[in-house]
Amino acid sequence: MRSDGSQPAPLGLKIAAACGLLFLHLPILLIFVYAFTTEEKSFVWPPPGLTTQWFAVTWNRPDVWEALSLSVRVAAISTAIALVLGTLCAAAVSRTKFFGREAISLLVILPIALPGIITGIALRSAFSLADIPFSFWTIVLGHATFCVVVVYNNAVARFRRTSGSMIEASMDLGADGFQTFRHVVLPNIATALLAGGMLAFALSFDEVIVTTFTAGQQQTVPIWMLEELIRPRQRPVTNVVAMVVVLVTLLPILFAYYLTRDGDQIAGSGK
Amino acid sequence: MTSAVSFQKVSRHFGSVRAVDAVDLDIAPGEFFAMLGPSGSGKTTCLRLIAGFEQPTSGSISIFGERAEGVPPYRRNVNTVFQDYALFPHLNVLDNVAYGLMVKRVGKAERHKAAEEALSLVRLPGYGARRPGQLSGGQRQRVALARALVNQPKVLLLDEPLGALDLKLRENMQEELKSLQKALGITFVFVTHDQGEALSMADRVAVFNDGRIMQIGTPEDIYQRPSTRFVADFVGSSNVLPPDFVQRYSGQRRWGSLRPESIRVGRAASGEGVAARLVGTNYLGATTRLALDADGLRLHAIVPAGTKLPAEGEAVVLTFNRESLHLMDEAV
Repeated sequence: MRSDGSQPAPLGLKIAAACGLLFLHLPILLIFVYAFTTEEKSFVWPPPGLTTQWFAVTWNRPDVWEALSLSVRVAAISTAIALVLGTLCAAAVSRTKFFGREAISLLVILPIALPGIITGIALRSAFSLADIPFSFWTIVLGHATFCVVVVYNNAVARFRRTSGSMIEASMDLGADGFQTFRHVVLPNIATALLAGGMLAFALSFDEVIVTTFTAGQQQTVPIWMLEELIRPRQRPVTNVVAMVVVLVTLLPILFAYYLTRDGDQIAGSGK
Repeated sequence: MTSAVSFQKVSRHFGSVRAVDAVDLDIAPGEFFAMLGPSGSGKTTCLRLIAGFEQPTSGSISIFGERAEGVPPYRRNVNTVFQDYALFPHLNVLDNVAYGLMVKRVGKAERHKAAEEALSLVRLPGYGARRPGQLSGGQRQRVALARALVNQPKVLLLDEPLGALDLKLRENMQEELKSLQKALGITFVFVTHDQGEALSMADRVAVFNDGRIMQIGTPEDIYQRPSTRFVADFVGSSNVLPPDFVQRYSGQRRWGSLRPESIRVGRAASGEGVAARLVGTNYLGATTRLALDADGLRLHAIVPAGTKLPAEGEAVVLTFNRESLHLMDEAV
């Protein structure tokens, strides 16, 4: 299809594509616009006036800072856990053969395939059964279940593309296990891990369902937003936070996208 | 004299599969040693046992007199050229070659100098800045060779070193490996399934089958005096003659082998010999291979190109010198 790219697409198709894209992205733009509206009780279109006062208001609200800080900490720790466990699991599944290997790789992927609500309920009942009070760590635990999957998927794909005899070659040349990991394994999977880690971070940052079941009274950013929608005052504050969240999650995802694309080229040229 | 590599009753079993089964082996220092055999015959496992990627199930291995069991690959003064070369794609050629020195914490300037020298040795000077992905198959193999040699191993292991190269390149590399080995005086152990490669390069050849060594000897020994039917057939496709047939010509009831090039094919009624019928001809360039049927026994003869050939289906008489009929040790 790419060979006849010089031929322009029919006008109807172009309009349909434009409409599809607008439908996807216009609501996000609306959020940005409402961040500057002067009307604080409800969202009115068109905005009666424009102001930047909500940025200052948001800056001075301690609950926003608490939610943001909790979300960032949870995402960071969950991602760190996922990076270690996901990489180890991917290495085991792709490097060795053992009984139940296929079952394990399915079980690892399951948390992301299952509806979040199942994971949430399951964790909540497990916590209450074990008498574990809700805390920062219960949220982290919940998020780690799906963060591991993202890292695992990225790492396993990269491991499959790297030659197994490279590790043996490194050992053969005098490198012990740690040196081999540092000088051969890590450089070859680094971009995959970075991409997986960023996706994991972004997923954790906007997760609602599992968090609802594992957070107790704590508020991460998405949960704080849901609560905020019920309150009648200072509505645009939510929009300001939403803008920040979009930026915080979008930039790493774009970066990860470029990294993995780059990684493909490097791996391909090695063949 | 201490052997470079010595196997005593070494076995390596994978579950019920005896990949290597009670192998005894002594490789002399400075020897160019070939392990020849079909795939799955245990030759590669033997190589991996020397490298340390496999541990023997039983038996003992020593490398220059030192026990090798339990010693990890990175503590052995042995280096390997891998079949797929296993170059590191994220490093350039120079850093690939210098890798072994880098992990031994040799300074940057010194290891790069040594790597440059190793690259000159394999006739790739000035290729250091390139990435492995930018090299041809033959060049990658030279880099793999330089990367192993830069560590000055006592034993160099080569796993099907020429398998992935095309014919012309393979012939060049054969000569080059041979002269490199002579110049460096390092013990080379290489694994191959190509009997021509083994015969042309090695000082001694071990023929493997089913995890056992069938015969060890010089290329001439292996080719002219195979000890078993398997060796006769695998190395150079010799004619394996059944005991009854051999008894008629040598008086002994033993399995015999007769090289195809030592059979002379004459017209019928031209005198004494084995009566046969020509059933097929294969033109091979310098020679022609004839398929013959001697009263149910399938034989092959190789005659120089240009010989006047009987027509297919014609009756012929086969003659050969008594001394070219080799009696094998294998029990009847």
